[in-house]
Amino acid sequence: MGSPENLRYTDDHEWARLEADGTITVGITDHAQDALGDVVFVDLPAVGKSVEPKGTFGVVESVKTVSDLYAPCGGEIVAINDGLRDAPEQVNKDAYGQGWIVRIRPAGADALAGLKSAAEYDAYLATL
Amino acid sequence: MSLLRTPLYEKVKAANGRFVSFGGWEMAVQFAGIQAEHDAVRNAAGLFDVSHMGEIEIKGPEALAAVNRLITNDLERIADGQAVYTCMCQPDGGIVDDLVVYRYSTQHIFICCNAANREKDFAWIAEHLTGDAKAVDRSNEFAQLAVQGPAAPALVQRLTKTDLTPIKRYWFTEGQVAGVPTIISRTGYTGEDGFELYLPLDGAAQVWDALFAAAEGQLSPIGLGARDTLRLEARMALYGNDIDSTTTPLEAGLGWVTKLDKKAFIGLEALQAQKAAGLKRKLVGFKMNGRLPARHGYPVVDAAGAAIGTVTSGSFSPTLKECIGLAYVPVGQDAIGSEIRIQIRDRAEAATIVKTPFLQR
Repeated sequence: MGSPENLRYTDDHEWARLEADGTITVGITDHAQDALGDVVFVDLPAVGKSVEPKGTFGVVESVKTVSDLYAPCGGEIVAINDGLRDAPEQVNKDAYGQGWIVRIRPAGADALAGLKSAAEYDAYLATL
Repeated sequence: MSLLRTPLYEKVKAANGRFVSFGGWEMAVQFAGIQAEHDAVRNAAGLFDVSHMGEIEIKGPEALAAVNRLITNDLERIADGQAVYTCMCQPDGGIVDDLVVYRYSTQHIFICCNAANREKDFAWIAEHLTGDAKAVDRSNEFAQLAVQGPAAPALVQRLTKTDLTPIKRYWFTEGQVAGVPTIISRTGYTGEDGFELYLPLDGAAQVWDALFAAAEGQLSPIGLGARDTLRLEARMALYGNDIDSTTTPLEAGLGWVTKLDKKAFIGLEALQAQKAAGLKRKLVGFKMNGRLPARHGYPVVDAAGAAIGTVTSGSFSPTLKECIGLAYVPVGQDAIGSEIRIQIRDRAEAATIVKTPFLQR
């Protein structure tokens, strides 16, 4: 099954979605959640924190491993998914929906330039 | 170097095992998922391909006495047909490996060792073996399956005419399992009842299939991921994480397999001296007060942030739904109920020292 067409993707398996208000919602891909296994904690950044493009903004902990989260674009964290504090398993169950992680207000224009399209990401996954 | 594959590789692959490199072997880290596999072992039964483990046999008129001089536990205190968990130490008390040692007779001893330590162990044993006994590395002749969980004993019994009732915990026998000659050992690395089956290479797949057929859906394949969470809840040491050549059995809480009143074994004097001088650090169990798991290698810190110890194992506990772990801490700060701080990335997280095993069965 292909990755959702309406999203853009990083090489590190984050997805990014441009919202109507210009912010970018970020999560990890279905491939990423599957590779990590049962997610037990998502270490979320503080709202208001600024992030660099490709900078780490948080950590996902699964039963077995720890994985950094990389920002698909630079900007300011304007929202975090508080629901993950009590239900981190949403990252596994609904990676593209309830499992979203942060929302970023991008610092520059064209924040998603350089990210992969769904087709490009799927092609990339096939090489892994 | 290409990775080694166990005789069960195709079976594991067909069961949708996700492979990783482990100690030079291509092993399944998970099948259905760590949580689901872990629960299956705690509630029903799980099957582990642990064919990577090493097997070393010592035979000769003085085999028992010779092996007894290499290990911390005491083969004189068990009967033929019984096994012990033990450490094998260096002269300074550091641990060469932890082993299960099987006593067939005073002339025949069988050892199961860690895969990653097999060559080192065999060299150590061959070098330090004294008296009329000879060691043979038989690792390449055995596959090994672990069948673990409350439903495991009845399941194995269905496949063998050998009466397993008298085979209590840490006893073993030989018999046919699904028509395959097997060393049937009531041991494991999960904290559950069950068996470890040592099998000829060409019989392993047959036993794998027979177990699933007899289990009627009550058996799940289990990977290394759940093997680690299961053993951690049971506070069973993992060599290379909790114990190694720089830690002693006394520090690691393995005094119960270290018989300091034995006549002699390599490391005895150092361990007696360490006990007399008093331990400086101890391996303790902890639970995180919050939900962030501590991992192997994270420092235990004091109020000023200076490292005073190290986490050796840490994970979310699938049974307890809390984050648990083991850490070396200074003696004096090891009391049950006392709080420690563990440096996790940019912050010190509180944890509480608790009794182990974490899971009481």
